Amino acid sequence: MISTGIVTVAYIAAMVLFILALSGLSNQETARKGNWYGISGMVIALLATVLGVVSHNYIELFVALLIGGSIGMLVARRVQMTEIPELIAILHSLIGLAAIMVGYANFADASSSFTGIDLTIHDIETYVGVLIGAVTFSGSVTAYGKLSGRIGSKPLTLPGRHIFNLALLVAVVWFGQQFVAESAVGGGLLPLIIMIAIALVFGIHMVMAIGGADMPVVISMLNSYSGWAAAATGFMLNNDLLIVIGALVGSSGAILSYIMCKAMNRNFLSVIAGGFGAGASTKASSAGEQEQGEVITTTAIETADLLNNAKQVMIIPGYGMAVAKAQQVVSELTGKLRDKGINVRFAIHPVAGRMPGQMNVLLAEAKVPYDIVFEMDEVNDDFDNVDVSLIIGANDIVNPSALDEPNSPIAGMPVLECWNGKTSIVLKRSMATGYAGVQNPLFFKDNTQMLFGDAKDTLSAVVAAL
Amino acid sequence: MTAIYLLFILMLSVFVGFELIRKVPATLHTPLMSGANAISGITVIGALALAGGEYGQWSTWLGAIAVFLATVNVVGGYLVTDRMLAMFKKK
Repeated sequence: MISTGIVTVAYIAAMVLFILALSGLSNQETARKGNWYGISGMVIALLATVLGVVSHNYIELFVALLIGGSIGMLVARRVQMTEIPELIAILHSLIGLAAIMVGYANFADASSSFTGIDLTIHDIETYVGVLIGAVTFSGSVTAYGKLSGRIGSKPLTLPGRHIFNLALLVAVVWFGQQFVAESAVGGGLLPLIIMIAIALVFGIHMVMAIGGADMPVVISMLNSYSGWAAAATGFMLNNDLLIVIGALVGSSGAILSYIMCKAMNRNFLSVIAGGFGAGASTKASSAGEQEQGEVITTTAIETADLLNNAKQVMIIPGYGMAVAKAQQVVSELTGKLRDKGINVRFAIHPVAGRMPGQMNVLLAEAKVPYDIVFEMDEVNDDFDNVDVSLIIGANDIVNPSALDEPNSPIAGMPVLECWNGKTSIVLKRSMATGYAGVQNPLFFKDNTQMLFGDAKDTLSAVVAAL
Repeated sequence: MTAIYLLFILMLSVFVGFELIRKVPATLHTPLMSGANAISGITVIGALALAGGEYGQWSTWLGAIAVFLATVNVVGGYLVTDRMLAMFKKK
């Protein structure tokens, strides 16, 4: 056993390391080092806890750490880069579940040591902690289901869903007051359990109501929740390290969600309120009818020809690239074009893919150098000089109606204005609408050509023809 | 009194979190999130303290399960983040 003083010093060191980790992770050059700061912080905190705080049940805890660590290691090694969003969603759910368990156990065993106002405060902490944990858990599991395609991506819009949510909230508050009152006389289990059930329903309903196009925001919001769940656990156990770190993650996740909402020109509250994309599909079909022009189709050989004669090529990847696992071929194509002296750049929309930054990870996996991968704002004014834009499995993020149709459900969302370039080639499997369910007038423009088929196959054909 | 002190810490940390993340480039959003997720696995410390103390059956067993869950999160999160970051290369 080491002394409490040493444990405190170790916790402070860990806090500093975690702060360095987050600041390191926000810069390309220092990101990897930042992650290692995080790992060291965790190791120090773990060692100090095991050596200075734990006094019983060593074997059980060792087994839990060992199995948990091995599973974590296996999962991290095995997971494919295209599955990262699902993985992160399911990892969030674990933190939520852990918070429920700690909260319940803490209530069942430790509450008796408090009296009076301290007991009330402790009860509120427990109640809120379990509440956040349960919402995080069921919300993340639902998000996992949506991302992995086990649940449809269409938003579930129950009639009167806002009133339903409000009713759940009122019920949670009422049972909370019941819980505190009953706990004072030694009870309180029933209201706690009922609240867990309500919170689980709320979490499911919250994520079910959010449309597919808003999924990136949901992931980062759940990231934030998992931080708050950790902070709430800290309150229950009076542990400042947990509170500090949980709040760091919670607030950084929240600001990230906000940044993303701003990138989509969406109001954070309306994302959370959900339903985006449901009204859209009906509206879209009517818009589609008005607009039905002819699309120009092209072939791989013609595309290769166009690329050969281009000087400036912009590649715009979307989720379709991940689905087709085409990133490797895209990288090959990029290499070939660059060898010919053609300037190839990538334009990444802030919400391309199912998770912010997903495209960057996939391109990095395929060894595309990151200094030719640009953010939307860096290149959006450059399309006038672009000879060929290759749009690979993207749709909503290159939809001009976001700019010129005020009634469009994606109106106001900044998009990549590839139509300002000479030619846009859209690689797509079919004419189906994107995640937002909106028809895309880009496909009907005179300088747009459609290259139908599986992105991986068609791109391989293009590479072969170069 | 403890509760006030803890709330105070909470507020300060929230501000630090805001400041740290404000300027992050979009390229790094995914690794940042999986890294932050691993960090929120700090819950493992709380679960260890609960399960390793002298409380009762509930604390021991639910605490141990929570340790297990949080460890999956910590190890999986950090390793997958490192795997991702290792791939980012300039030419």
